Amino acid sequence: MKRNGSLLLLAFIIAAAPLFVIRDSEFAGADGKAEEAVQTIAPQYKPWVQAIFEPPGGEVETLLFSVQAAIGAGIIGYIIGVYKGRSSRRDEVK
Amino acid sequence: MKRFIVLSLCFFIYFMFATPPFTYAMHIMEGFLPVKWAVFWWLVFLPFFILGVRSLLRITKEKPELKLLIALAGAFSFVLSALKIPSVTGSSSHPTGVGLGALLFGPMTMTVMGSVVLLFQALLLAHGGLTTLGANAVSMAVVGPMAAYGVYRFGIRITANKRLVVFAAAALSNLATYVVTSFQLALAFPDATGGIIASFFKFAGIFAVTQIPLAITEGLLTVVVWNFLSTYSRDELEQLRSMKGV
Repeated sequence: MKRNGSLLLLAFIIAAAPLFVIRDSEFAGADGKAEEAVQTIAPQYKPWVQAIFEPPGGEVETLLFSVQAAIGAGIIGYIIGVYKGRSSRRDEVK
Repeated sequence: MKRFIVLSLCFFIYFMFATPPFTYAMHIMEGFLPVKWAVFWWLVFLPFFILGVRSLLRITKEKPELKLLIALAGAFSFVLSALKIPSVTGSSSHPTGVGLGALLFGPMTMTVMGSVVLLFQALLLAHGGLTTLGANAVSMAVVGPMAAYGVYRFGIRITANKRLVVFAAAALSNLATYVVTSFQLALAFPDATGGIIASFFKFAGIFAVTQIPLAITEGLLTVVVWNFLSTYSRDELEQLRSMKGV
């Protein structure tokens, strides 16, 4: 348990370091690059379907991604809280 | 208590930085697999999905008290696949979060969870797609959990350091997902001169370097949650151990 703090710190450093090391980049998604690679290998290939719904603009997309993360984080927090409460209650009984 | 504050602060900072407004991330985009490959991967995926549903139903029927833990595993994958994290290549990608659930419940259960996450992202975020869902599910929801489970099983036999095994399992499951994605793209788009192999290295080259730091991050975050569980929910972990062949 004690190590969790340092594990999170390490994860944070790994995620944040590229922002300082690489200056002139927008950190676009790697699948966008894969799309480009498809276009160079098979220039004649045309995607045959479009996404049914595409978030109109970056802001809405960010919102949806945050909602996804928030839902997940909320559930995780709740469940760990339940487990923690249960185990500390048991310690009291003992 | 103090530890808790530090922890929440770390999480807060982590999430502040980890969700910048990047456009795309991983997975094969909608329409980017030719029809025959899209159908092929759907057919590969469906049997695994059915097995996954069966395993999920079995667990919830035999041990209803484990539902909470299943929800936790699903939520973990939900959070992690929403986090697009910048990487050393100047592009960004995201963890998959399917490793944790696979370690707890076996690889099949996470097939269902991973597919739900992919469906959410395909429908609402135009990230991945419905035609490519079969292929993306095979890489993230079938092979990813299997890799995690395999590494875990193998790892606990050779070392007593369980955290290290959990870390390796989660990190390698992340990498395995993207190796499969590259392979799927290479099969569908073989290089004109070098064929499938040359094409594979081209796609794998794009994903691999980006993916390595992310795999490490995924491993670390999985160990964090694992630590919580092994401190506060020993009962559930015991019950899981007593269930054979999950």
